[in-house]
Amino acid sequence: MTQNADHVLDHFELFRGPEYQQMLANKKKMFENPRDPAEVERVREWAKTPEYREKNFAREALTVNPAKACQPLGAVFAAVGFESTIPFVHGSQGCVAYYRSHFSRHFKEPSSCVSSSMTEDAAVFGGLNNMIDGLANTYAMYKPKMIAVSTTCMAEVIGDDLNAFIKTAKEKGSVPAEFDVPFAHTPAFVGSHVTGYDNVMKGILEHFWDGKARTAPVLERVPNESINFIGGFDGYTVGNLREIKRLFETMGVDYTILGDNSDVFDTPTDGEFRMYDGGTTLVEAAEALHAKATISMQEFSTEKTLPFIAAHGQQVVAFNHPIGVAGTDAFLMAVSRLTGKEIPEELARERGRLVDAIADSSAHIHGKKFALYGDPDLCLGLAAFLLELGAEPTHVLATNGTKGWAEKVQALFDSSPFGQNCHVYPGKDLWHMRSLLFTDPVDFLIGNTYGKYLERDTGTPLIRIGFPVFDRHHHHRRPVWGYQGGMNVLITILDKIFDEIDRNTNVPAKTDYSFDIIR
Amino acid sequence: MSLAQTQSIEDIKARNKDLINEVLQIYPDKTAKRRAKHLNVHEAGKSDCGVKSNLKSVPGVMTIRGCAYAGSKGVVWGPIKDMIHISHGPVGCGQYSWAARRNYYIGTTGIDTFVTMQFTSDFQEKDIVFGGDKKLAKIMDEIQELFPLNNGITVQSECPIGLIGDDIEAVSKAKSKEYDGKTIVPVRCEGFRGVSQSLGHHIANDAIRDWVFDKIPADATPRFEPTDYDVAIIGDYNIGGDAWSSRILLEEMGLRVIAQWSGDGSLAELEATPKAKLNVLHCYRSMNYISRHMEEKYGIPWCEYNFFGPSKIAESLRKIASFFDDKIKDGAEQVIAKYQPLMDAVIAKYRPRLEGKTVMLFVGGLRPRHVIGAYEDLGMEVVGTGYEFGHNDDYQRTAQHYVKDGTLIYDDVTGYEFEKFVEKIQPDLVGSGIKEKYVFQKMGVPFRQMHSWDYSGPYHGYDGFAIFARDMDMAINAPIWKMARAPWKAVPKPTLMAAE
Repeated sequence: MTQNADHVLDHFELFRGPEYQQMLANKKKMFENPRDPAEVERVREWAKTPEYREKNFAREALTVNPAKACQPLGAVFAAVGFESTIPFVHGSQGCVAYYRSHFSRHFKEPSSCVSSSMTEDAAVFGGLNNMIDGLANTYAMYKPKMIAVSTTCMAEVIGDDLNAFIKTAKEKGSVPAEFDVPFAHTPAFVGSHVTGYDNVMKGILEHFWDGKARTAPVLERVPNESINFIGGFDGYTVGNLREIKRLFETMGVDYTILGDNSDVFDTPTDGEFRMYDGGTTLVEAAEALHAKATISMQEFSTEKTLPFIAAHGQQVVAFNHPIGVAGTDAFLMAVSRLTGKEIPEELARERGRLVDAIADSSAHIHGKKFALYGDPDLCLGLAAFLLELGAEPTHVLATNGTKGWAEKVQALFDSSPFGQNCHVYPGKDLWHMRSLLFTDPVDFLIGNTYGKYLERDTGTPLIRIGFPVFDRHHHHRRPVWGYQGGMNVLITILDKIFDEIDRNTNVPAKTDYSFDIIR
Repeated sequence: MSLAQTQSIEDIKARNKDLINEVLQIYPDKTAKRRAKHLNVHEAGKSDCGVKSNLKSVPGVMTIRGCAYAGSKGVVWGPIKDMIHISHGPVGCGQYSWAARRNYYIGTTGIDTFVTMQFTSDFQEKDIVFGGDKKLAKIMDEIQELFPLNNGITVQSECPIGLIGDDIEAVSKAKSKEYDGKTIVPVRCEGFRGVSQSLGHHIANDAIRDWVFDKIPADATPRFEPTDYDVAIIGDYNIGGDAWSSRILLEEMGLRVIAQWSGDGSLAELEATPKAKLNVLHCYRSMNYISRHMEEKYGIPWCEYNFFGPSKIAESLRKIASFFDDKIKDGAEQVIAKYQPLMDAVIAKYRPRLEGKTVMLFVGGLRPRHVIGAYEDLGMEVVGTGYEFGHNDDYQRTAQHYVKDGTLIYDDVTGYEFEKFVEKIQPDLVGSGIKEKYVFQKMGVPFRQMHSWDYSGPYHGYDGFAIFARDMDMAINAPIWKMARAPWKAVPKPTLMAAE
């Protein structure tokens, strides 16, 4: 017996003891009908070969370990960025349990969202009654200022009409006629979570600006000097939006963050559970129509929203999750150009500090090869930063990346001598990435938590940047935008590089002559 | 905190009844009527907990429940390690459930085992419009080519499959034939079926019956020589290694475990189970169906057991042994005696730190009742409990064997109700899931996830109880809970509901 009350062993160590090891070996041999170990080894080696890679890349139907989620997740993410707003997802209830769990695992925060709990009868007769009862219950129980309705694939397949359903629910008294219930259809079988973000953001703006589904007058735009900012679907939303606010305030910009979920995903523990916290007020959402311009930090999260805003007469500017010196320069210069505000010396000094840090550390990053995957904009932002550092983003992969995205990444590669041997993989998954890492190895991998399986199998050290990050805590509190954010990303990358150098030089009397105390 | 310590049972009952009436005030009339049937104060001596269960969740209330797909892919089938489970439909369901349940297993992932991988047909609009059967067939071919050591495939249906009229059974049969009788199991666990995960368990059980058991040729030779002491562990998902710390006890008492359902399980183990002399059933809710089937068809008796905490473990070991001869009965006594010093040491260490602390639970299949004994072994008291997807037979077991007079019972609790109950009762610990964890921690209430063991475990068996005790202590006695309120805010305000 290895268990001990004084030093309790849990799963990390308990099963390594001889009793358990013997038990597991017997189980396998006697009852599991295991494959011949030599055969397992043969296939394991075969799966590392170019031949396997070719078969792997010839896949047409099967997706293995994708790096994307479905539209409704992004829908919920966007909705909670508005003041006292509860997302109401019309369809099967299990989906909502999944979104809430997913966000709670990443942010280590509550995630509030309701479902219309449709079941078989709703599949046959439609979910109108679920909408009528559901809106009434949500309104009574959680006293929101707004209920943002989106859909699961079930409701989309049977063709429920949100506009008509919400209208009927209001007529039946579920919520007051003037209560704000914006909506967006968010089919899970189209696009990905970034698409869902886009649809809900557009749906909410459309609601406020274009007459609340014909229940209010269409707002007339009276242009002012403020600018709107949209972050897009972003695992770093807490740190990033706070950093963006600081930058705007430093510049003296009159701004509105649309979908500001930085507080609701970072509430204090002080004895009170805040279901709602912070967020763009509904008045701000409506008045955002009058802004001079809207900046989107993520082009592929706002593919429909930005044209919608532009059609209302605003200037629109889209970035691709800018990270690093040039990305932040372009962002700040755009803000300056749009608002007429100068970039203050304080920010120039921050810029100088990031340049300084990169110069100090460049020798350790220069020429290193990276594989990276994630959402389309994040990939573009990170790849641009790597090029800036003199590193090579050798493999850039986005499961939810389109052909248009791939062209953009290629153009980025073409813009730098460090991009000459780099490749872009739109629509591919992490099993493709596995083949790439075996057949065309790199020094480091950048990706979300699921990259740890690639790290285990291929030995490529993983730097966790992306969404979701379940197995490291609090990363979402740090910005990756702005010069300060660039500094955070730089340090994250460097820490891994130095850890690897130490790990590779720590064998006493063999390699530890290079186990330097100063690096 | 523990109000239960300072009040009479009648006071507690009255308070709990008032509390139920109070939370019902928030609802529209129709909903209040529906929810009232799911809330009750337990009366000692009653044969059940006096609540309705396994009914549709009310729309819009923030139910904690999941769906049939979660019950089949997430619970029953997902842990079978040498088969590939296709999440058939759009990408999300498989993505959110990917490796989230901590079903531990031994194997070379991606080569001969596949549990922590996400295989999906990633449906696009064209698949919805034109149907996904051809894509599914192609997926099976691609799996065969790229993962040649898989021992079988299951098709875990997501919502659209049943709505667009796909014939996954036909595809599965055809491909099984093409691949020399390979086990390919279509599962109709679309998320809109039923009212919770529960129907998904049932559908998954039935799929094992129809597509695994019924496909075994009558003249198939067993892979091992049967013995009189062969048992199968049913309904242990090996979360954090639970089934392993259970299996070791059964083996130490002289039994031979021929199968694990389904944590660290394999197709061969499923197929071998009809050879068992006894099925021992931990999670009754999710696997009673297949246990009853094996009893009817193969004459295998089954016996429920509870491996949480030394009292229930000893009771269970003796109950299991009662199906066998004296050798096994002696073996059970020896196992109990062997671990007694460890249990004494664990209780001596942790009970003084936990004595009298109160707990409120809200979990899934078996834990709303099964863990009560383990808390009691540590001197703690469960003052409220409820099931996410229990049926009346769960509430009967709870009433007859577990809960005390006056316990607050809440079936399919809503977010609002649970917050309100905890706010008013102020337990020392809440045990529920990831969606609830941070809500209560914000309120300053210590919390342990009782689905995933909060990434710890195992909690089953004697080895697991030591970990359970350590974890409850570290949750309740963490210094941080004394710091939730700023010291200059001397008078604590009552915890406010967000909605107020």
